[in-house]
Amino acid sequence: MSVASLGDKSVVTRADFFAPSLGKRLAYVAVFAYLVYAAATLGLSLDRIEKGVGYGVRFLAGFFPPNFTETDIIPGLLESLQIAFLSSLIGTALAIPIAVLAARNLMPPWVSWLARLLIIFCRSFHPVIVAIIAVKAVGFGALAGIIALTFASIGFVGKLLSEAIEEISKKQIEAVRATGASFMNVIAYGVVPQVMNRFIGFIAYETDSNLRNSTMVGVVGAGGIGGTLFSAFQRFDYNFVAGIILCIIGLVMIGEVLQIYVKRVFR
Amino acid sequence: MSTLSIRHLVKEYVPGKPVLKDISLDIEGRGITAIIGPSGTGKSTLIRCINRLINPTSGEILFEGQDLAKLSGQPLREARRRIGMVFQEYNLVERLTVMENVLSGRLGYMNAWSAWRRKFDEADIQKAFTLLKRVGLADFANRRADELSGGQRQRVGIARAVMQSPGLLLADEPTSSLDPKTSVEIMEVMRDLAAENNIPVMINIHQVDLGKRYAQRVIGMSGGLVVYDGAPDGLDGDILKQIYGGQDWLAT
Repeated sequence: MSVASLGDKSVVTRADFFAPSLGKRLAYVAVFAYLVYAAATLGLSLDRIEKGVGYGVRFLAGFFPPNFTETDIIPGLLESLQIAFLSSLIGTALAIPIAVLAARNLMPPWVSWLARLLIIFCRSFHPVIVAIIAVKAVGFGALAGIIALTFASIGFVGKLLSEAIEEISKKQIEAVRATGASFMNVIAYGVVPQVMNRFIGFIAYETDSNLRNSTMVGVVGAGGIGGTLFSAFQRFDYNFVAGIILCIIGLVMIGEVLQIYVKRVFR
Repeated sequence: MSTLSIRHLVKEYVPGKPVLKDISLDIEGRGITAIIGPSGTGKSTLIRCINRLINPTSGEILFEGQDLAKLSGQPLREARRRIGMVFQEYNLVERLTVMENVLSGRLGYMNAWSAWRRKFDEADIQKAFTLLKRVGLADFANRRADELSGGQRQRVGIARAVMQSPGLLLADEPTSSLDPKTSVEIMEVMRDLAAENNIPVMINIHQVDLGKRYAQRVIGMSGGLVVYDGAPDGLDGDILKQIYGGQDWLAT
């Protein structure tokens, strides 16, 4: 006796093509159950939320009026900006060869796996954790921040760029190889034109993200505006905190606008 | 002496299941040789084994005094420069200009630093432009390849292959993505450019009538073997039946 195959049927029903999946339903139930469990064990009662919000409102009221008069905002912001640009530049420069090595369509498996391990390693830690280690290693200041964000940039650009390279059209590569081009010439004429557009997008996004992160690594002593922000918090000088936060928002917004122009020039 | 001699060529993608079973061929120094045969019979594999985009399992491919099957690295790249290739889907680098695509036929002769900065020889640039003019695309030289139609792209593909100054031109289904009229135009461009530059052409083709019309010699493949090798006129119904199998499709 054999199971009737679909081709033997003359009348079909909805269930022949869209059979209900027990596994999928169980997964939904499991996710919901975990959410309830997590909220319950963390003590997230309505009472606790109400108390927290009340405290938050009083805290935010302390922000006004923001205080911009302190003279250490500008040097701090400039230092953050420098950390962001330097780490983006160095990180991207280091990420390019690593990404090429990590692309499985260009390299033998053992090479791409080693490069991928390196990328995974760079991505494993939040920049603040790397910054803490870097501060211990090279001391307080901007150098530690640059190291931390360079590390993050290698992971981020390396991963996205290697994935972009893996998605390119093989046919174009094949044609360039067929002309007798060397590996580097295949990269220059077969790979680069296909990934350039996205690569510029990655750099812009990475610089943007480094700009935000560079305002934070200072919290652990790795240079930039973050240190100023942290000490203002510790002094309960919330007006000054508000001033710094508004300046950071302004800086990130300027970065956003610059990004648009940079992309337009390079495309 | 023939330009290309293939001796006992075998290719197995899966061990024990050869796609090409002992192919031996000689391609003479001029004219068009058309290879016909059903899909999946190894025509593309054969073409790609010659310039080693695919590595053959065993056999010899003698071209300009070397066995291509044994080459690797720098000697292989130098041999590839002498073999132009035209692809079914044109395989232009879409985001490069038409001119850059044609000039990329010279990449085998350039180091990466010059190639990166587009420092092509003036003579090469002149030759590329002359070729573009010859295929009727001089006005498109600075356009990006992805702005072109299929027929235009294939003309650029042919110009790129001729730009290599090859001793042999391979074409893998160059007209299969094109309409019948454009197909004929492409075949004529290829025939004329090959004749003007004394390049023998080896071409995989699905349209038997096109093959018969433009080739001086037709090779019929079936099941990984050569089952016909001779003049286009000799292709009658019986032989086509032998190559493609069945006969219902021949009835008109």
